[in-house]
Amino acid sequence: MNENEIVWRIAGGSGDGIDSTGSNFTKALMRSGLNVTTHRHYPSRIRGGHTYFEVRASADDIRSRADEYNVLLALGDSFARSPDEESVYGNEEVKPLTENLDDLAEGGVIIYDTGVIDTEDIPEFDDRVEENGWNVYPLDLREIAKEQGREVMRNTAGVGATAAAIGFELEAIEDVMSDSMGGDILESNVEILHHTRDKVLDEYDVDHGIGVPEGEHDEEQVLVGGSHGIAYGALDEGCRFISGYPMTPWTDVFAIMSKMLPDFGGVAEQVEDEIAAASMAIGASHTGAKAMSGSSGGGFALMSEPLGMAEGTETPVVLIEAMRGAPSTGLPTKTEQSDLEHVLYTSQGDAMRVVLAPGDPKEAYEQTRTAFRIAYGYNIPAIILYDKKLSGGLTNLPESFFDREADPSMEATLTEEEVQELKPDGAQDFPRFSYGAEKGVPPRPIPGQKDGRFKTSGNEHDQYGYIDEDPDNRVRQMDRRLSRFDHIRDELNDENHQAVYGDDDAEYGLLSFGSNKGVIEEAVDELSEDGWSVSGMNVSDMVPFDAEGVRGFIESVDRVFVVENNATAQFRHHVQRELAGYGDVMTSILKYDGDPFRPAEVVDAVESAEDDDVETSYNVKIQHKISRKGRGTETVKRLESVQGRGDPQ
Amino acid sequence: MSAFSAIGEETEVESDDYTPKLEPQATWCPGCGDFSVLKALKQALAELGKNPDEVQLVTGIGCSGKLSSYFESYGFHSIHGRALPVGRASKLINPELELIAAGGDGDGYGIGGNHFMHTARENHDMTYIVFNNEVFGLTKGQPSPTSPKGQKSKSMTPHGNAKAPIRPMSMALSAGATYVARTAAVNPRQAKEILVEAIEHDGFAHVDFLTQCPTWNKDAKQYVPYVDIQDSDDHDEFELDDMRGAWEAMRETEEALYEGEVLTGRYYQDERRPSYQEEKMERGDMPETPIAEDYFDESHDWKRSYDIIDKHK
Ligand SMILES: Cc1ncc(C[n+]2csc(CCOP(=O)(O)OP(=O)(O)O)c2C)c(N)n1
Ligand code: SF4
Ligand SMILES: [Mg+2]
Repeated sequence: MNENEIVWRIAGGSGDGIDSTGSNFTKALMRSGLNVTTHRHYPSRIRGGHTYFEVRASADDIRSRADEYNVLLALGDSFARSPDEESVYGNEEVKPLTENLDDLAEGGVIIYDTGVIDTEDIPEFDDRVEENGWNVYPLDLREIAKEQGREVMRNTAGVGATAAAIGFELEAIEDVMSDSMGGDILESNVEILHHTRDKVLDEYDVDHGIGVPEGEHDEEQVLVGGSHGIAYGALDEGCRFISGYPMTPWTDVFAIMSKMLPDFGGVAEQVEDEIAAASMAIGASHTGAKAMSGSSGGGFALMSEPLGMAEGTETPVVLIEAMRGAPSTGLPTKTEQSDLEHVLYTSQGDAMRVVLAPGDPKEAYEQTRTAFRIAYGYNIPAIILYDKKLSGGLTNLPESFFDREADPSMEATLTEEEVQELKPDGAQDFPRFSYGAEKGVPPRPIPGQKDGRFKTSGNEHDQYGYIDEDPDNRVRQMDRRLSRFDHIRDELNDENHQAVYGDDDAEYGLLSFGSNKGVIEEAVDELSEDGWSVSGMNVSDMVPFDAEGVRGFIESVDRVFVVENNATAQFRHHVQRELAGYGDVMTSILKYDGDPFRPAEVVDAVESAEDDDVETSYNVKIQHKISRKGRGTETVKRLESVQGRGDPQ
Repeated sequence: MSAFSAIGEETEVESDDYTPKLEPQATWCPGCGDFSVLKALKQALAELGKNPDEVQLVTGIGCSGKLSSYFESYGFHSIHGRALPVGRASKLINPELELIAAGGDGDGYGIGGNHFMHTARENHDMTYIVFNNEVFGLTKGQPSPTSPKGQKSKSMTPHGNAKAPIRPMSMALSAGATYVARTAAVNPRQAKEILVEAIEHDGFAHVDFLTQCPTWNKDAKQYVPYVDIQDSDDHDEFELDDMRGAWEAMRETEEALYEGEVLTGRYYQDERRPSYQEEKMERGDMPETPIAEDYFDESHDWKRSYDIIDKHK
């Protein structure tokens, strides 16, 4: 555990306000000058069930969730089910405490609500406290809140106690509270905050060496997650239409856009299903708007045929896919990276889509803008592939990062004057799909433009869009459409989305994609501290693939560990397919228990693969295991050959 | 100034102006009812003076879906069952376009049934023509949602169709359509008039168009003789905005079809209910000027995320 940081976890039941209290406290830490990252854990349940929000705050540059945490505020689950004798779920009330003990660092702090949690109900609690040197602050937060205001304000009491325990000034917290409340409510909350802080300082000798670090930002910061990055990137690129159907975790982007669009002069539509959602985005785009839709695994499956329609009709559109545990409804609120192949290959025919997988909120913003630029520059669908982890994980960015020009332009769309200039004499229709177009991209008129009328069809069509099954036309149209990818690759090269981190001449490489960016980077740091010569590459361009860049990285090292949040090494297989080889230098580190990687897990897997002489082309499978009895954490490594995939080389 | 000068332009058009030079002849089978839809649509739009460049025709997949190939306008031949969502989004981006969606009975009442229900419910301002031939034409004669109970088809239902047909007009009415009519290929004058009314109607106009399929419906339903319920003394009169009267007349019409009596005419028309786009504009959920115009308007003020970033501080 890094001494220069505080990792605070607030735990309770769903419906206990864990999320809002957590993000407010995160904001307060950020405003005090610290860098922050957050992680959210919750069940697919509206009321009750163990849930927590974790914030890591440091004066240093941080890029991932931490390996462990050092301050726990356990509120207890106020929506717990009654633990009758037959129940398999045991005493849910105490879970916000018991379920969180395994990751708590030695010497850590525990604040818990004695109004809800009775430690008598927790086997061996006192022994564990002593063994681990934990500092425990039992407080009747419920009672304090009741006395000072209302019972629901016990979260505020807990934050007051936290402030006392880590020596955090209350001003920043009050400041954040006053953003979202006022009047009597604010007053009682402030009172509770002070009262609890003072009570802790009066009753306890706070002396445990865990304190909030001091930091300072050069400029004003904003707290954002990947979903904000995607939504704001879309808005700044002139997206004014979204259609969708709710599904976790994509709902976050859908909700942000739906709230914003009316004020931005756009339209948001919640519709009957995802087939309609994707079809509408395509219809909107065809009519001249920058448009998007999206979903998570199951909903995206329903978009498969409309996606093909966008490919076939060369209608630009941006779709986003937020991965979660799968197959089927899988783990609705947990993270996974197992829809890569789904997004690459779904829909019939030779895939003709661009797929980008951003690594953090900043890249989510940049690459969403890129996705729109490419989609509307090449009349092609572009997909942003992300996951539950990136969607909800908050971090701070300089406010100035968002001070950008809006760019609503659509490069491959014609104005009415251009239509009239370009239209061949005597033609009745506009040659929307002409063979010889520059970069393989014939620009499009928009319905309503005089002299622009054309046909389009998912059936193969001729230069004017009329259905045409002639073999020669077929091959020419296919070749033209495919030829766009070379130009798109050139354009992406200018942006370089493959994030390289660490030594140029390292022996070992960590290769990953999407939301693992920060984990890879911190794992490189940790391994380097242990004396390893290692560097990392996090890839975003899934299609068109940056073959040159990734090949260069793989060849620069002796051995590559490919890190991904799924069970069948989808990314590694994608790399091997794109590069036609390198299976003999790759070892997969896989995790698919619903939780994102922590840097230490990657480090541990790498070190043990070397120690145990694990042959390359084997998988190392990781599970963050918490025993039901609440004792001990274990990283289970299972080594096995790459299965069901034939020769990995 | 509009970036779309075809829209609303005074146009002298004849029905032949909607015939594409590249594909002047439709490929439907001889005697197919689909020819009548094409003809009636050309006549209706000519009568309304619509410029082919202001008409967006979105079709589904089937013999019927080919309509957009044989009709001169902006045309989007989409995928099976999805003409309605593609089309209604067009209308939200540019409400000034003349939007017509069309497809078969399988396309609209089967695979796209959910969209039919919701597009009617939301009352999008568009015309929806369903080529109802009571069969899957393009895939060679399988039963469709409107096929009569007991109908035999060689390939699929040797013992006769066990399913009862759906009631397309009643469905449209319950879902919320504000114009509902049925016409038939054999009644070209009425067909044109109904299409004119449907196009002029502000809201979701559903036209169930009986189109005989002599190839797969060998019993050769020609939909004759037909009766226009408005012209007939045998049918109770009802006001077009009277939902109860409409409902009864629809029930009768839908049942009569399977007993060999072809009833057609106007069944429902509600001019009071605002269309979906009007509803959205009223609530501040949709801008008054078409979004499509903004992208061509150099003076348009594009709001940025930076304008709302304060709440993240
Ligand atoms: C998703 C999908 N399923 C099936 C088909 C095959 N298909 C094409 S048209 C059609 C049915 C056509 O019947 P209908 O909609 O009544 O149109 P008609 O040909 O009678 O005008 C079918 C099943 C398809 N194109 N797409
Ligand atoms: S199969 Fe039937 S519906 Fe299709 S074109 Fe022939 S007659 Fe018309
Ligand atoms: Mg049919």
